[in-house]
Amino acid sequence: MLYLELLIQGLIHGSMYAVIAVGLTLVYGLLRILHVAHAGLFTLGGYLGLLITNATGSLALGMLASAVIVGVAGMLMYRLCYQPILDRPPYVALIASIGLFVAMEEIFRLVFGPYGLTYKNPPLQSQISFLGIQLRAAELGMVIAAVVLLGALSYLSQNTRTGIAWRATVDDPEIAKSFGIDTIKVRYLNFFIGSGLAAVAGIFVSLLSNLVEPTMGGVPAYKALAIIVLGGLGNVKGTLIASLLLGVIEAFGTIYIGSILDRDAIAFAFLILVLMIRPQGLFTGR
Amino acid sequence: MGIYEISLATVVGINIILALGLNMITGFCGQISLGHAAFYGVGAYTCALLAKAGTPLPLAIAAGMISAGAVGLVVGLASLRVRHDFLAITTMGVGFLFLGIVRQQEILGGELGISGIPSSGMSKIAYLVLVFFLVALFTAFSLWIKRSWMGFAFDAVADDEDTARVMSVDVGAYKLVAFAMGTAMAGVAGGLYTYFARFLMPDDFGFIASISVLSMVAVGGIGSVFGVIVATIILTLMPEFFRFISDYKLLVYGTLLFAVMRFAPEGLAGLARSLIDRIRPEVSAEKEVA
Repeated sequence: MLYLELLIQGLIHGSMYAVIAVGLTLVYGLLRILHVAHAGLFTLGGYLGLLITNATGSLALGMLASAVIVGVAGMLMYRLCYQPILDRPPYVALIASIGLFVAMEEIFRLVFGPYGLTYKNPPLQSQISFLGIQLRAAELGMVIAAVVLLGALSYLSQNTRTGIAWRATVDDPEIAKSFGIDTIKVRYLNFFIGSGLAAVAGIFVSLLSNLVEPTMGGVPAYKALAIIVLGGLGNVKGTLIASLLLGVIEAFGTIYIGSILDRDAIAFAFLILVLMIRPQGLFTGR
Repeated sequence: MGIYEISLATVVGINIILALGLNMITGFCGQISLGHAAFYGVGAYTCALLAKAGTPLPLAIAAGMISAGAVGLVVGLASLRVRHDFLAITTMGVGFLFLGIVRQQEILGGELGISGIPSSGMSKIAYLVLVFFLVALFTAFSLWIKRSWMGFAFDAVADDEDTARVMSVDVGAYKLVAFAMGTAMAGVAGGLYTYFARFLMPDDFGFIASISVLSMVAVGGIGSVFGVIVATIILTLMPEFFRFISDYKLLVYGTLLFAVMRFAPEGLAGLARSLIDRIRPEVSAEKEVA
């Protein structure tokens, strides 16, 4: 019973990681940027979702509005911050992104206060019994949202003209351009979708603890980086598997070796171990 | 100088040694490291444990240097396996791993840190002189390395690893040497910090600390010894001179880091160079001819 419970807890965390990390891996696949500030957008999504939900009383509206606003913020971030430095060596964008993330966290702290905000009437808090295990509705919602959103994303990328243009651009931007695909538009779309997903994840994480705080992006930021590296940078399928795997390993790890390493350290110990054995990540994309 | 100025100057000196260490790895050899504070921590914790056991100061700091360098050498081995972005994430992971281990070990003080570290036995001013003697030593060492054959090889590795390998530069060996030297310097900085603060907390060596060091190197101009020193002095003193910035310290760090990368990726050193070119174009033109 304990195993099943740990497994399910791991999968819940894993699906949260997946929704965050997919946006990151999409950006990496397209632009070869380690987009640390993605976690800043995740936090922004949490704040906006909470503020809108508290103001209107509707979680659905809060989630939708937050995803759209954060998606646009992601597009702006690409235009203003990344586009001008794309031709520089990769560490330039990485350091710029870290700077941006640190600054965003501080702005959240200064604007919304250091102690975080809570929902007035926290939605999705009812308990649901599933296979004899007590789950909260928010946890189940997180998993369902992950499956629906990522499923829709995969459908769109396989079956629509936009999706095909997108995959073509990731594969080879030059050839895609010569076939008349507007690769700049693809980049905007990429940032819009990735950032919107991060916002949804941010809202679910804040529902789980009924708290939005300035530093909530910290741990997912670093862990999501570990995940996309594990999944083989830029590889969407690998990222999904790595997310779930990491969620489960953390769940078991905190029980069995929690006295030696804390949760975050377990994730990175696993990352380092895998990279030393398979430097290209668990799953090679290309 | 009052007590306040002396301790401020000591912190500046320690940060310079720390930043010069990272400059050796990231600046000279082009290997990005997001976990430099972990080696600073290894040095500090080693030194603290030995100091509490009664080891004299020079030995404790030397032990901090050696242990940090040894761990650095092991992490350097990772740089032989993974490159670029993968290496950045791996070194970041090393930083989190270090924190995770320290936090869970009773013997290392856990969350509470290590307190009751014995005094250096020197006056504050004598300690400052010691720190600045080491700063001068490591500055000279950095400049010497940069101009040596090894600095030339580092440049080649940083520029294009594969081409360097074709030119029969032993890329792996040079990377390891860069990691060992840079992290050993971080260990010395850690040892000096131990005797200065006499109290260690795990969070002093976390990701934010790594980013602070990286910002000193990046703002100064990656690879430029004097640029890094100037940037370290400015970034360390800035929150002190502008009291009102103190609360916004991280915001300023973050914005500065972003702004420098966005508008002047070559940092202060690059700005200085282009300024000199503008004021006296004939000098730089002559240099190019020569």
